[in-house]
Amino acid sequence: MSYDALIIGAGHNGLVTACYLARAGLKVLVVEKNDWVGGAAVSRELFPGFTYSNCSYVSSLFRPEIMRDLELPKHGLQILPYEGGAMFTEDGGYLGMFRDHEANRREIARHSRRDAEAYDRYSRDILRNCRLIRPMLMRRPPDLASFAPRDLMELAWLGKQITGQSEAQIYDMMRFWTMSISDFLDEYFESPVVKAYQAVGSIIGTALGPMSPGTAYVLLHHAMGDVDGNVGSWGYSRGGMGGITSALHSSLRASGGEVQAGSGVRQILVQNGRAVGVVLDNGNEIKASRVISNMDVRRTFLKHVEEKELPSDFVHRVQRFKTRGSSGKLNIALDGLPKFTALPEGAPNIKGDMHFTDTIEKMEAAYDDWKDGHYSRDPFQDMMIPTLIDPTMTPPGKHFMSCFVQYAPPKIEGRDWTDADRDGFRDACLNQIERYAPGFKSLVLHCEVRTPRELEAEVGLTEGNIFQGELTFDQMFFNRPVPGYANYRSPIKDLWLCGSSTHPGGGVMGAPGRNAAAEVLRDMQKPAKDMSDAYAII
Amino acid sequence: MTAMTLRHYETPLLKTPFHPRTEALNKLWAWGNWGGYTTVLSFDDLAMEHSAIRNSASVYDLCPMIKYRIEGPDATAFLDRLTIRNVAKLSVGGVQYTVWANDAGHMLDDGTLFRLEANRYRLCCQERHLNWLSDSAFGFDVVITEETEDIAALSVQGPTSAEILRIAGFDVSALKPFRMAEFPLGKGRLMISRTGFTGDLGYELWTTPDQALPLWDLLFEAGKLHGIRAIGSEALNMARLEAGLIITGIDFTPADVCLREDRLRSPLEMGLGWMIDWQKGHFTGKAALMAQRDVGMKWSFVGLEIGGNISAEGAILYHNKKTEAGVITGAIWSPVLKKNIALAQVLTKYADGANIWAEIYALRELHYEKMMMQAHVIDRPFFVHDRRRATPPGKF
Amino acid sequence: MPSFDTIIIGAGPNGLAAAYRLATKGAKVLLLEAGAIAGGGANGLAHLSYNLDPRVLSEMGLPKLGLAWADSELATTALSPDGKHLRLEGALAERISGEVSAADRKAWAALRGRLLRFAKVLSPLNQMTPPRIAKGADTPLFKLGMIGLKARIMGAKNFRELGRILLTNVFDLLEDEISDPRLKGALAFDAVLGGWAGPRSPNSVLPWLVRLSGQTLGVQGAIGLPKGGMAAIGAVMVKAVADKGVELRCNARVARILVEGEKVAGVMLEGGEDLRADRVVSSLAPKTTLLSLVGARHLDAGMTTRARHQKSRGGAARLSLVLKALPDFMGANPKDRLVIAGSDRDVELAFNPVKYGRVPERPALEIVIPTAHEPAKDGMHRVSIVAQFAPHAPADREAARKAMLAACLSQLETHAPGIGKLVTSAEILMPYDIEDQFGLPGGNWHAGELSVEQMLFLRPMPGIAQYKGPVPGLWLASAGCHPGGGISGSAGWNAALAMEAAE
Repeated sequence: MSYDALIIGAGHNGLVTACYLARAGLKVLVVEKNDWVGGAAVSRELFPGFTYSNCSYVSSLFRPEIMRDLELPKHGLQILPYEGGAMFTEDGGYLGMFRDHEANRREIARHSRRDAEAYDRYSRDILRNCRLIRPMLMRRPPDLASFAPRDLMELAWLGKQITGQSEAQIYDMMRFWTMSISDFLDEYFESPVVKAYQAVGSIIGTALGPMSPGTAYVLLHHAMGDVDGNVGSWGYSRGGMGGITSALHSSLRASGGEVQAGSGVRQILVQNGRAVGVVLDNGNEIKASRVISNMDVRRTFLKHVEEKELPSDFVHRVQRFKTRGSSGKLNIALDGLPKFTALPEGAPNIKGDMHFTDTIEKMEAAYDDWKDGHYSRDPFQDMMIPTLIDPTMTPPGKHFMSCFVQYAPPKIEGRDWTDADRDGFRDACLNQIERYAPGFKSLVLHCEVRTPRELEAEVGLTEGNIFQGELTFDQMFFNRPVPGYANYRSPIKDLWLCGSSTHPGGGVMGAPGRNAAAEVLRDMQKPAKDMSDAYAII
Repeated sequence: MTAMTLRHYETPLLKTPFHPRTEALNKLWAWGNWGGYTTVLSFDDLAMEHSAIRNSASVYDLCPMIKYRIEGPDATAFLDRLTIRNVAKLSVGGVQYTVWANDAGHMLDDGTLFRLEANRYRLCCQERHLNWLSDSAFGFDVVITEETEDIAALSVQGPTSAEILRIAGFDVSALKPFRMAEFPLGKGRLMISRTGFTGDLGYELWTTPDQALPLWDLLFEAGKLHGIRAIGSEALNMARLEAGLIITGIDFTPADVCLREDRLRSPLEMGLGWMIDWQKGHFTGKAALMAQRDVGMKWSFVGLEIGGNISAEGAILYHNKKTEAGVITGAIWSPVLKKNIALAQVLTKYADGANIWAEIYALRELHYEKMMMQAHVIDRPFFVHDRRRATPPGKF
Repeated sequence: MPSFDTIIIGAGPNGLAAAYRLATKGAKVLLLEAGAIAGGGANGLAHLSYNLDPRVLSEMGLPKLGLAWADSELATTALSPDGKHLRLEGALAERISGEVSAADRKAWAALRGRLLRFAKVLSPLNQMTPPRIAKGADTPLFKLGMIGLKARIMGAKNFRELGRILLTNVFDLLEDEISDPRLKGALAFDAVLGGWAGPRSPNSVLPWLVRLSGQTLGVQGAIGLPKGGMAAIGAVMVKAVADKGVELRCNARVARILVEGEKVAGVMLEGGEDLRADRVVSSLAPKTTLLSLVGARHLDAGMTTRARHQKSRGGAARLSLVLKALPDFMGANPKDRLVIAGSDRDVELAFNPVKYGRVPERPALEIVIPTAHEPAKDGMHRVSIVAQFAPHAPADREAARKAMLAACLSQLETHAPGIGKLVTSAEILMPYDIEDQFGLPGGNWHAGELSVEQMLFLRPMPGIAQYKGPVPGLWLASAGCHPGGGISGSAGWNAALAMEAAE
C-alpha cells in the first residue's frame, strides 16, 4: 500500500494540507499518535458531561478562504462571535470591552477621556498594518539569497506592497514592526489599564514581555484575523475547538483521504536522500511518495530523521530554533457561574476574555519570572467562559472555563516540572481569580492543569511552545523555520513541513497547511483546484 | 453625567436633553445615530421640514455636536497654531468657521470657533479630537475640556427665526452674522450666535442641559404663529447641500481615522484654501500646504449642477463618459432652486467642468434605470438669499 | 561685532566636527558652548573611545595636533569573583587567555568573525545621510546597492545569517554558540552598553553591530584610551577648529532658536543677547532642540508629539572614585578595561529592576583606571566606572542614587576585596544627573535611544532624519541623529556634508 502523500500529525494544519491534496486527487493518509484527531484544536470530555477546548480555545485567525475552499461549514464548522471582555483592576474596578463603538468609547472614557478619543486612531493604525500583512499570509516567503525568478518576483512583490504606501506610512510601519507594544501604546494612551488591555494580544503565546521590542508585531499577529470580515474580532468554535478539526476530518473523508490514529511516527524513512515513508511506533511501515510533517521543525528533524541524512548547518540551525514554551493552561469545570464583584449584574463583559494584570509592568514582571526559570507568581491570564455563548459543551447552568496562562517556562530553574510545581502554578492562577470572584474556587468541579510539560507530552509541541516556534523576527517570514528553507521544503527531497513552524506561524490559522499544500501541488505541476487566494482587506 | 456611569452599555445610544420633546414629535419614529446620540432623521414629513427652513422657522437639535472649551493665557496662540485661519482676527463675541489639518496638511475636521472671552473659546465640530487637541497643546498654557454633555444646543433657522426669538424675549435684531449675544434664561444663561448650517437667516442657541426643555417650550410657544417646526437630519442635509456646506466624514474622511491614504484631502483640495492665512505665522500643516499650493493639488472639491431631476447621490463622475474623474459626496433635487445639485470630489485636471458626466442609477421596481447625465461645475453656495446677511433681519 | 553665517549650538564632538567641516568650506562659524569648556561628552561622560570617525581623525589632523593613545587596543578582563578571570585581548576579544573550552574558543572565533564582517558591511552607512524611502527623494541607490552587494558577496549562508540575526537578541545569539558564562557576560555587556535594553531584548544585536562598526586607529572593534583621557580628544578638536577660524564662545547657553517668517534667524542666549545667522546647527539632543529651543509654536503638532515620544531613556550611571592606592582585582591587570558582568543572565538581571524605576542589586560595571596608565601627580588613583543599569526616572532620585552607589561599591568589593577602604571619594552620576550635567534627555548617551526603531531614516524621527531640521535654516547634528553617539563626530560631519549638498 503506497500513498501519494503521508502527513504526520492530524492537527489543523496537517488536516488542511491533507484536504487540499486529497481534493487535488492525491491518495492521502494522515497518521496521528493520539487516539483522537485534532492536535491542539480539540474538544475533549475530560470530566463527565463537560467538553473542554483543552488546548487552543478561541478562533479568529483560521482563514475563511480555507473554511470556504474545504466546505467546512457543510462539515459542521460554526464560528460564534463573542462579546465582551474585561481587564479587572486591583482597586476593584475594571475596564470592559464592548462590541458597540460608543459603549466602548464611553467605557474607555471612564478611565481616560483622552484615551477614549485616541482609540479610533489607534485602531486605524493597527488595521493599516493588518491590511499590509494579510496578503503575505498565503504566500511563500522569498529566499533573500536566491536569484531564482520566483524568489526575485516574490521579493519584488513584497517591495511593491511596502512602497505602495506613502513615505510617512512606510516609516510608521517600520517603527511598528520593530517596537515593543509598551512603547507603541505610550504613543496613544495614558491610562495604565487601557494600555494593559491593549497589550494582551502582544504577549499571548510569546516568550517575550510587553516591553520587549517586536511585541507590537505579535499584537498584529493576533489582530489580523477576523470573524466574518470583522477584523480583529474573535469567536468560539461551536462545540469547542475540536469543531474545526472534526470538520476538517469530515471534509478529508469526503474527498477520499484517511486518518489513521493511535500510533505515532517513530522514524521517517529516507532512501538516497528522499523520504519514502515512515515507520510507526507500532512497527508498521507505510510507504509514500512524499512525507509531510505537521510536527514542529525540531521534533521532525531532531527526533524522527537520522542526523546523517541532513546537512550539519541545517541541523545546527534546527537545534537552535527557539521553541521555548511560555504558556500553560487551566481547563476548569464549574458548578455554576462565578461572580466577579467588579462587574455590574448582567454586564456582558463576562462573555468574553477576562484578565487580571492591570498594568504593563505587572505583565512584564510576570515575564521576568519566566526568564528566571519560574512560572509567574502573579500570572497573566486570558480567561473565558465559552459556555456563556456555546450551549453544547456542558449541562445547563454548569460552565467550562478556559484559562490561558503566562508565563510558564519549559523547565523550572533548569530542571523538569514536578507535580508540586504544577500545583503551585495552578494555585497561583486559581487564587488570582478568587481574588476577583470570591467563592470561585468552591465552584471548581475539576481542573486540568497543563504546563509546557503536558503540552509537549500530549500534543507533541516541543517545549510546549504553542506556536511551534517563537514568533520573533529571526524566526519569521523568510527566516521561518530556517533561512533558506522557508519554502515548506527540507534538505531531504520529498520531506515537507506544513505545521506552525513554517510561515506564517502559529495560532489556529491553517495558512501554513494551505501554503504547504500549494507548494506540493506546484512541485507536482498539478493545478491547485479550489484554492482561493488571500482575501485582502478591501 | 450619562457617559461616565458604569452601566452606560445599557444605553448604547444617548438621549439629548431635548429628547422628551423630539420623541413626542417624532411621528415617523425615524431615528438615527449621530455621534452616539439618538437623533431624529425626520419627524413627520421631509418636504414640510425642508420647507420650514426656507419659509418659516425650523428647530434642529444640535446637542450631539462635539464641543471643546479651550481656555488659558495661550488660548489664542494655541488656536492659531491649530487652525488654518487667523484666530487673532476673531474678536470677542465673534464666531469663525474653521478647519484644522495634520502635519501633512490633511484635513482632520472643520468646525465653528466661538470666542467667548479674550482667553476662552468654544470649538464645535463633528468628530472627537481630544487626543489631537491635547497633543497640540504641548508648549501652550491652555486647558482643554470636552463639554459636549454640558451644553444643550438648538439651531433655529429660517426667515421667521429672528422674529420668534424676539417674541421669546431674545432681541437679536442687531446681531450680525457670525456674532453672538448672551441673554438670561430661567436661572441660567442663553447664548445666541447668528450661525447655522442652512445658508439662511438663522441662529444657534446654547445653554445648559437643565434649561433645555424650558427653552424648547418657550420657542415653540413663541413660534406657534410663525410656522415653527422641528426638523430632522434629513431636512437639514438638504438645506446644507443647497448652501454648499461640507460635512466631515461625508464629504471627506478625517485624516486621523482614514485608513486608505489615497482618500486623504487637504483644505486646498476641499476648496477651503480661501481660509488659510499664509501670513499669520506657523500653524500645523503649513509647510505641507505651501508645498501643495506651489505644486498643485490632485483633487478639487466642486459644486455641480446635473441634468435631469434624479438625485445623483453616490454617483461616480466620468470625464467624456469614459475616464473616472471623481465621486459625488452629496446630492439632492433642490426644492428651493428647482435644480439637481451635488457636491463632488473631482480630479483637478477635470475640475474645469467641461465634459463631466455623472453615472446615475435609479432603483425603480427592483431594476436600475441607468443614466449618464452631464454635470456642470457651478459656484457655491447654490442657494443665496439676502436675508442671510441682512441686519437687522428684514420682514421675513 | 563680526557677523556669522552659521551658528552651531554645542561644542561637543559633533558640534566641533561640523564646525570644522563647515569652516573649511568657507562658512563663518560661531560655536556656542553652554559649559566652561568645549568637549561635551568627552569631558567626564565617555571614558573610552571606540568609534572616533576616521574622517574626523584624519581630516581634522588630530594626531598632528597632539592626540596620542595610552593604549589603542585596550584589553578587557572579564572579572570573576573567584579570581578565574578571562583576559580578552585585541579588538573584540580576538585572543582569549584563561580557562575557556576549546569548543567555546572555536565557536567564538566564528561568531566574532561574522559579527565584525556584518558590522563592516554595514559601516558605510555611518558615513551617509540616511536615505529616504520615497520616489524622487534622491535616494543614493549606488551607495546602497554597493552595501547590498558587499553583503551578498559574503555568500548565501552569511547573507541569510545577517537577515536572521539583524533583529534578534544578544542573549540568544551568544547562548546558541557559547557556554562560558564569563565570556557571554562580558560580550553581552558590551552589546548593551549605553542602551536601554537587556541582552534578552529583541533588536539588541543591531546596536551592537553599530558599535562594532567603530574603530580605533584603523582597527575595527578596538577600544582606545587616549593619553590624557577622553578630554584630550575634545581639546585637540578645539585646536583644530580654532585653526580654521571658528569662533568658540563658552559659557554661552542658548535659550532659544529664533524663528522669523518660517525661517531660522539666529539664537538668543540666556541673558537675552541675540545672535543672528541664517543657519543654525544644533548639536544638542533633537528632543531638546525641537521642544525647548525652537518651541512648539514654530513646529507642526505632529512633529512636536513625535519629539515628545522619542525614546531617550538612559540606563547607565557614571561612578568616579578616588583611591589611596591601586586596587587589586584579584590579580587582574589594572591597565585593562575591567568588566564585572558575571554572565549574560546577570546582565539581564541587572536590567530587570530598571524597567520599573528601581536599582539593581548587582549592576554590571566597566572599570577603567587611567592612573594605572598615567600616574597622577598626587599619587592617588582615579577609577572611572560605567554602571549598568540605573533607573532614569526613579520615584525617589536621592534614594536611588544612594542605593546605586552602594550596589556598585558592593560589586567592587566582591571583585576587589578591600577596595572599599581605599576609597577617599566617590561621586556617582545617575542618568538624571547626566541629563542635568550634559543636557542629554533621560541621561541617554546617544541623545535619544539608539534602538532599531530609532535608527537610520527613523533617527531621530521620521521626516527629519536627513539632518535637515523642520524649520528652514535649522540643521540637526547631534548624537541623536544618525549614526548615534560616542565620541565620534560622525553625526556632525555627516550633517555638514548634508548642508554642503543642499547648497
